[in-house]
Amino acid sequence: MSELLQFLFSGVTVGAVYALVALGFTIIYNASDVVNFAQGEFVMLGGMITWFAHQAGIPLPVAAFLAISITAAIGVAMNKLAIEPARGAPIVSLIIITIGASIFLQGAAQLVFDKQIHDFPAFSGDAPIRVGGATILPQSLWVIGGALAVFVGLWIFFTRTLLGRAVLATSNNRLAAQLVGINTNFVMTLSFALSAGIGALAGVLATPITLTAYNVGIAFALKGFAGAMLGGMGNPKGALVGGFLIGLIEALTAGYLSSQYKDAAAFVVILLVLFVRPQGLFGRKSTDRV
Amino acid sequence: MKNTMTTTALALLVALGAAPAAMAEIRIGASISATGPAAFLGDPEAKTLELLVEELNARGGIDGEKVKLVLYDDGGDPNKARTFATRLIEDDEVVAIIGGTTTGASMSILAVAEDAEVPFISLAGAIEIIKPVRPFVFKTPHTDRMACQKIFEDMQKRGFTKIGMISGTDGFGASMQAQCKDVVEDYGIEIVADETYNPTDADMTAQLTKIRNASGVQAVLNPGFGQGPSIVTRNYRQLAIDLPLYQSHGVASNGFIELAGAPAAEGVRLPGTALLVADLLAEDDPQRGIVVAYRDAFEEKTKTPVGTFGGYAHDAFLILTDAISRAGSAEPDDIRDAIEATSGLAGTTGIYSFSAEDHLGLDLSAFRMLEIRNGAWTLVD
Repeated sequence: MSELLQFLFSGVTVGAVYALVALGFTIIYNASDVVNFAQGEFVMLGGMITWFAHQAGIPLPVAAFLAISITAAIGVAMNKLAIEPARGAPIVSLIIITIGASIFLQGAAQLVFDKQIHDFPAFSGDAPIRVGGATILPQSLWVIGGALAVFVGLWIFFTRTLLGRAVLATSNNRLAAQLVGINTNFVMTLSFALSAGIGALAGVLATPITLTAYNVGIAFALKGFAGAMLGGMGNPKGALVGGFLIGLIEALTAGYLSSQYKDAAAFVVILLVLFVRPQGLFGRKSTDRV
Repeated sequence: MKNTMTTTALALLVALGAAPAAMAEIRIGASISATGPAAFLGDPEAKTLELLVEELNARGGIDGEKVKLVLYDDGGDPNKARTFATRLIEDDEVVAIIGGTTTGASMSILAVAEDAEVPFISLAGAIEIIKPVRPFVFKTPHTDRMACQKIFEDMQKRGFTKIGMISGTDGFGASMQAQCKDVVEDYGIEIVADETYNPTDADMTAQLTKIRNASGVQAVLNPGFGQGPSIVTRNYRQLAIDLPLYQSHGVASNGFIELAGAPAAEGVRLPGTALLVADLLAEDDPQRGIVVAYRDAFEEKTKTPVGTFGGYAHDAFLILTDAISRAGSAEPDDIRDAIEATSGLAGTTGIYSFSAEDHLGLDLSAFRMLEIRNGAWTLVD
């Protein structure tokens, strides 16, 4: 029993990290149909900038705030300098631009910071919390709480606010959105800032568990992307559920079957789901009017 | 067009003019992964070589001849490493090559070096580099097989017969896992649990729970590298597993204690080099002088803590300059013969004695079994 509980704790810890990254994908995707492959770099920047600032003597909460703000600014810069000039380009080209931005950010981080692995202290200490013979770190609760908070925030944003609906409208039909008076340029800028900020938050929360280095972004982006695809791209609920599901499948496979198969098991599940529901668990079915 | 012609002609003139001057110095080539996925190994290696060349020339070079280092960054890409090796030999006309941070890069450099009959000293771990013995290829790091043997020796001494293993699936972890499984029977030890994790995984409590529940397990070994072993160590304490934990030489650096956290790392044992415990070495230890000198110089120049990997580059440079000085010649053939005749040369990694059959030149005594106590390294034996 305590064994199962430990596997579940392991699963939600990892799953919460995936879910947080997956949530970052949703906003840009909703605004532009672009899957932003630089999302993982935002996570890396969140961790690295916080470490850098904290090490320079800035208190942790301020360092974290700085990291999120700077990363959001970098997101805006990325939109202004790389995505906006290529506005007329097909989605695939834009996605490739985000891959380029990802490589650039990674290289820049390597130069500005360094090539070593870093961490900063956990927010509420390192003493594990014991529940029924299993243990979980307080930092895991921070990550899980963060994922849930971001989810609720996004859900309210997209369904209850005018701005959130403007984002969805821009994604649906940019021209029509402009005609009804939505400033689509502003929507794009905002969506990059929010996505980058959420990515950085994921980095800030996860680093005490996962550690950080200039090259951790790709792994985050891949797992987060898998979570987002499983749940349904663009849907915050899907990102949350998808991320946690992948974490749990990995942990349970590692625990009961063999750790050699844990990634394979997760991807088999993703494939099966996508065969049956190509739009993901919670994705909207896309219909093209002919 | 006309412009390019003039610049090319100019460049040619400059090159021709510079060539005779350059012949007067000893040119040593290096292809190191200073960037890319192996950057955290290659970066200290490149800095070490630059530091040593600077020091050597300040002392007047080798027998009065200055040394020039031609350093390329292959980014860990074996194809680039091959190109740079060819360029080093054909264009830069170096007398020897140091490098190949990763096994992949080393394998592609050694083919080129062997063909051109230029001595090559690799900084990578795999045993395949020097087995079978190739006349012009040497290496400085001990093999992961030796690390396994050192660890199992210690386990045998403590009376452990059943152990669990949790290995990274990266090249280092996978290779060491295979080597350990290959030699484990020689020590009468049985592996009762064999788990793996991805180098980027964030939590290994599932695997560790499984290992803890394996029947009769007495100790756990974690071959791995990068952040994985730090997370394993943290999870190990989170689960309050009270079995001895062994790490590999892949994390033998102060960074590991820092990342895992001193309380979590307490009691962890691993095979490391003298470099980590410079101050603990006996006054008459043959390695003491060189280890302390290198550590102080490196930390003074780079303001970062010294590590095992920079030490590999240090030793390669030491072996090479020692051989050139003994050979009294900078001809590749003479250098090769002199390297092979190296005997009892104390480096940071161990004491090197090469022979026609042994191009690694280290034995198990090069490893020191270390234990972390109160956030610092201590010598076990």
